[in-house]
Amino acid sequence: MDIVIVGILLGGAYALMAMGLQLQYGVAKIMNLANGEMLVAGSFAAFWFFTSAQVSPLLAILVVAPMAFIFNWLVYKIFMRYLVKKARSEGQLEVNSILSTFGQSFILVGLMLALFGGEYFSYSYLEKPYTLFGQPYELNRVVAFLFAIFFCCVLYFWLNRTRLGLTLRAVSVNPEASGLVGIDVPNISALAFGLGGAVTAVGGSLLSMFLTFDASVGVIFTMKALVIVIMGGVRDIRGTILVAFILGLTETAVASLIDPGLTLAAAYLLFILILLFRPEGIFGKRST
Amino acid sequence: MKHRENYSLNIKRRELYGLIASIFAFGLAATLPIFNTGYVLSLGVTIVMYTVLSTSWALFSGPTHYISLATAAFFGIGMYIVGGGLEIYSFPILIAIAGCVGAILAALIGLATLRLSGVYFVIFTLGLSELIRQLVTWAQTTMGTSSGLYVLIDVTESQIYWELLTIAAFVFLIGWCINRSKIGFALKIIGNDEKVARHVGINTAAVKIVLFMISGSIASITGAILAPRWTYIEPTIAFSPMLSFLVVIMALIGGAHRLWGPILGVIPFALCWDFITAKFPNQTALMLGLAFLLIVYAIPHGFAGLGEKYWGKFKHWRDFRV
Repeated sequence: MDIVIVGILLGGAYALMAMGLQLQYGVAKIMNLANGEMLVAGSFAAFWFFTSAQVSPLLAILVVAPMAFIFNWLVYKIFMRYLVKKARSEGQLEVNSILSTFGQSFILVGLMLALFGGEYFSYSYLEKPYTLFGQPYELNRVVAFLFAIFFCCVLYFWLNRTRLGLTLRAVSVNPEASGLVGIDVPNISALAFGLGGAVTAVGGSLLSMFLTFDASVGVIFTMKALVIVIMGGVRDIRGTILVAFILGLTETAVASLIDPGLTLAAAYLLFILILLFRPEGIFGKRST
Repeated sequence: MKHRENYSLNIKRRELYGLIASIFAFGLAATLPIFNTGYVLSLGVTIVMYTVLSTSWALFSGPTHYISLATAAFFGIGMYIVGGGLEIYSFPILIAIAGCVGAILAALIGLATLRLSGVYFVIFTLGLSELIRQLVTWAQTTMGTSSGLYVLIDVTESQIYWELLTIAAFVFLIGWCINRSKIGFALKIIGNDEKVARHVGINTAAVKIVLFMISGSIASITGAILAPRWTYIEPTIAFSPMLSFLVVIMALIGGAHRLWGPILGVIPFALCWDFITAKFPNQTALMLGLAFLLIVYAIPHGFAGLGEKYWGKFKHWRDFRV
């Protein structure tokens, strides 16, 4: 029971992080390997606001989200757009965007190392016990979970119930055809990329409330987000949310039953199973 | 029939010159330990190691454009096989075992991911070394007492250097044979358009898996050879993910589309890296990042591509000047 609840609480933040990557990969077609660094940047921002000005991480989100949006939007406009234009095939775009975002991720790690140093960081915010089903849990985990779920719901309804959301989904399904029906694909892609970065950074701010982090931990989160997105099926947000919870549960179970050092191994085990039995993702459509 | 045989053995004059030059270069490189056994030799070992790793990486990733980040995993496994098996088997046997295990692991990874699209492969290899590191650490802490292994064997730096140089020559030979063979031709078609390759009857998955096995096996052998360089190996040393990234950067900065391309990247980058890690250890991540951006935005075909472009321009100028 304990494992289930902690796992679900963790899964909330994972869902948010993976949705960020999904927007970037699904809509903007950029496999962003600097995604984890964006998450860590969100964590650092929350940490900085809390320790230097006593601002609650939940309020810091109001600053983190727009900043991350602008940063990622600019990254798309400056670095990614060029690659999209230059690419002769989807495969070439993939290779180039992988290499370019690797570069960006290393540069971000370098900058964060220079700014904050290489130690581990954490802060105590809302470290009070909160009773759920007769068991005490840390309040910050519960609050972070509720916020994550709130953002996931907002994003889900925005994508499914608004015109702009529909446009994004159209680009995700077929960029060429979207262009033909009058959608401004380059700008929508930039919007999706920026939004994805913002969502991931918010996920980082929420995670920092209860996880210890350091400047170079981002790549682990990138891998987790990638595994979640691929497993859920690249275009399906329901799959992503479901898999995020499965991953949260698996990791918590492995960490508490076997060894805390094996969390990534658990994620990869899931990934291998999916690759072998349902390579198109849990909710993905089988291509012919 | 006779005609075909002639064709397959036909070595062009340019290739012959290349062969003679390479043999000469290897001979020259082999004399290094005679002159210096200190810093220069250790730098030499590093450079030859990266030459082997990058060149074998490019054998697979150059034509197929699949970014493999599994080098560190193979390398670490080779190291651990030597570390764990020294009490039972002799060193040369362990090197052979390392090569086999690397090939088998590569085959398994290939079977799971290479039938699918390239994305799965990148993601999988990105986490592979971390995954194996976690498993090895866990196995060691649950079964044994210490977190590392001692490699107590009497091998000098010069011997390591010569062993690596032999492997390097071997890699170049394999690369040369592949380029002349059917499988190399198939690989080029796959790299240009996988759909076309499939339609002309190439078993694309099999070709990719075989190439990946060769490259994985060589990385494991390299790890095995280098194990005695560290007397004590730990999962964090053996499975350092940085190694995979460095190999990718060096191969691409040199030019992965040519057999001799990676070495053009290895020599300057290894020297640069040595300088940066010694003088500015906190800025290494930044340098890696800039190198990646340089590859994508400034020199997409590496130094080899750059050289070929200007050589072509020069030839054009030489042949058509008035």
